[in-house]
Amino acid sequence: METLNFLLQGFGVALTPSNLAIALIGTLIGTVVGLLPGLGPINGVAILIPVAFAFGLPPESALILLAAVYLGCEYGGRISSILLNIPGEAATLMTCLDGYPMARQGRAGVALSLSAWSSFLGAFIATCGMVLFAPMLADWAIAFGPAEYFALMVLAIVALAGMAGDKPMKTLVAALLGLFLSCVGIDANSGVYRFTFDSIHVADGIQFVVLVLGLFSVSEILLLLEKTHHGHKAIQATGRMLFNLDEARRVFLLNLRCGIGGFIVGVLPGAGGTLASALAYSTEKRLAGADGRFGKGDLRGLAAPETAIGASCCGAMVPMLTLGVPGSGTTAVMIGALTLYNITPGPLLFQNEPELVWGLIASLFVANLMLLVLNVPMIKLFTRILAVPNWALAPAIAIVTAIGVYAVHATTFDLLLMVAVGILGYAMRKLDFPLSPLLLGFILGGHMEQNLRRALSISSGELDILWSSGIAQGTWALVALMLALPLLRIWRRRAARRAAAAALAE
Amino acid sequence: MGPSIRRALLAAAALLLCSARAAEPHAAECIVPAASGGGFDLVCKLAREALQEAGLTRRPLRLAYMPGGVGAVAYNTIAAQRPAEPDTLVTFSSGSLLNIALGKFGRFDESAVRWLAVIGTSYGALAVRADSPYKTLDDLLAALRKDPDSVVIGASGTVGSQDWMQLALLARLAGIDPRELHHVALEGGGEISTALVAGHVQVGSTDISDSMPHLNGGAIRLLVVFAERRLDEPGMAAIPTARELGYDVVWPVLRGLYMGPGVSDADYRRWKDAFDRLLASEDFARLRDRYELFPYALTGEALEAHVRQQVARYREMARDFGLIR
Repeated sequence: METLNFLLQGFGVALTPSNLAIALIGTLIGTVVGLLPGLGPINGVAILIPVAFAFGLPPESALILLAAVYLGCEYGGRISSILLNIPGEAATLMTCLDGYPMARQGRAGVALSLSAWSSFLGAFIATCGMVLFAPMLADWAIAFGPAEYFALMVLAIVALAGMAGDKPMKTLVAALLGLFLSCVGIDANSGVYRFTFDSIHVADGIQFVVLVLGLFSVSEILLLLEKTHHGHKAIQATGRMLFNLDEARRVFLLNLRCGIGGFIVGVLPGAGGTLASALAYSTEKRLAGADGRFGKGDLRGLAAPETAIGASCCGAMVPMLTLGVPGSGTTAVMIGALTLYNITPGPLLFQNEPELVWGLIASLFVANLMLLVLNVPMIKLFTRILAVPNWALAPAIAIVTAIGVYAVHATTFDLLLMVAVGILGYAMRKLDFPLSPLLLGFILGGHMEQNLRRALSISSGELDILWSSGIAQGTWALVALMLALPLLRIWRRRAARRAAAAALAE
Repeated sequence: MGPSIRRALLAAAALLLCSARAAEPHAAECIVPAASGGGFDLVCKLAREALQEAGLTRRPLRLAYMPGGVGAVAYNTIAAQRPAEPDTLVTFSSGSLLNIALGKFGRFDESAVRWLAVIGTSYGALAVRADSPYKTLDDLLAALRKDPDSVVIGASGTVGSQDWMQLALLARLAGIDPRELHHVALEGGGEISTALVAGHVQVGSTDISDSMPHLNGGAIRLLVVFAERRLDEPGMAAIPTARELGYDVVWPVLRGLYMGPGVSDADYRRWKDAFDRLLASEDFARLRDRYELFPYALTGEALEAHVRQQVARYREMARDFGLIR
């Protein structure tokens, strides 16, 4: 009951006219920043911190602004994923897989509105989870040490195999290539440079933005040009702009599952939206089994990652508020903002600054609702992008992409690298290699290696640290299950075939 | 043919005009040699806010981000490609100087740029969890002497980084072989405090600005700070310095700005004077406080001399610890 009281107080803070206006501005700015490829929530939040300070906003308003921008960015990131097959940021990678095919089938409006709805549900579930369990979860989240993270990353990589579909060899090659690329740059343990060939430009690794924009954006441009040459017509967004009740009902249970799962992954410090969406997508694909059309425009393939992303970015606030530990890169920047106000996130924050904490939580509800209401009428506008003919679209994407990379990193080297990666991406697409395993391998590989090295350096090289805790053992059990499932399926199919053969022989 | 050429010329002229506008004085640029949101970013933001408040810039500094190689990309860009821009400042920290000493900044050494100003500092420190059995530095050192491998120490950075270096210096003075320390590379103060609170590491080697946000919460406490004297700040005054405990390790983490090597003396002086005036003002002290930095003012030639000396010292240490040959 006490919690409810606090929450009501929080709504009192969030619903003042000025804070409502701030949340509105924040969500709008966030959507635009998220829409631009290369710019993500970290950039949006970092850019706005001094602005908030310059306007002399009180701390709770500043935090509401930053949270609104954060959520807005996650919202905006999906738009380019669905319409152009270019992930606005890492987490929305999985959204491309089924969102883009949907747009190609003329269902862009449905895809956009359904993903907005899913993300809203995910965020709603996570915010409820935050209200109910925040203090409890905090203790559990930090019990995740390097060893547990390593097991979790292995689980994610094994889950990747679920994306393999009918071309396991090509998926494997792409994932391995991604793992290899994650090795480039300075080794965080020993300080040794790996595969940098004495170039300072790759000294701290290949930038994610360069890789993602090269692989998806540049190769997309090349494909577009090719199509223009062959006289293809641009696809039209036809029909409904909104999903219907039947579609919402079909994914509702999935929304709940992925929302809860995404929230849990989001609470883990450092895991974040990418892991949440990858796990959600591959789990749902497995659950759907043979009747799924995943990768070809399945509603579930779109709803699963979007729900998980929405949930995980709210979940990431739990460790930030309760422990002062960032749950993601963006929340790390937000902690920096709080310290500017001389407010220290941590175990005592709930007691010392209740109106701030509960105001923030309440404003998460408000900002989410706002995003949904704002974005639905704008869908028609967004889908117009599809009506742009290829001869205009390709150079426009090229310009925005190049600006995105240059604005974030300000070196021409990254532009050249992006083009080189783009040519690689084009070749891979032509050869029918899937691109997303490469990117996931790249992201997860770095985390996996880092955590394995940390775990082993904590234990002085003893391997048992990797399965010494209950959490780690549980995760390994899931890994074993994931690995065993396809084998089981093959064995069953063989048994069935043998039975059929036996029946035939008789 | 004719009209299209004319149009192209017109476009070129327009472009030229645009670039001429961009080079107009006082549209000064502050380059953050990292992604947004870190310590380098805060220095640019502090400089921007302070210069603007003091009326020393007509327009606020424009921030540009140029991450790569922990500052190496920006350093090389300024040294080689953009050496003579009169209104371009780049932030650096002691970590940048250490990297120069370790040869991690490519072919350029510390004489490749003009060092402008240091506007504040943080200090290295060792942190433990609030309920740690190590009540004092001596408790910790006694445990380390007995078995250096028994205490897991998290530092933000690799072997040879600042956080590792300060610990190695302390260990050597206490008669412990730095190479036997149980070092785990983490990233940033946030990760260190998480690892401490969760008990994955027992000691964190970090700096105060980085760990300050996690101190007041009461979850971790500092055993020692590597400053010249006790810090004059609520909650910090009770933390002993390494020096007063008998180990002469002082590890300031300077934060400052440099300019290109081709910048004219007049422009260099103009900026130096601006920072001299800024660093002497009361308002700046207040602002710097808010950014969790401690006073440290050094500009112009005095800074250039200090940088040369500091890099030489780092080089010597690195050689001592076998990090470079």
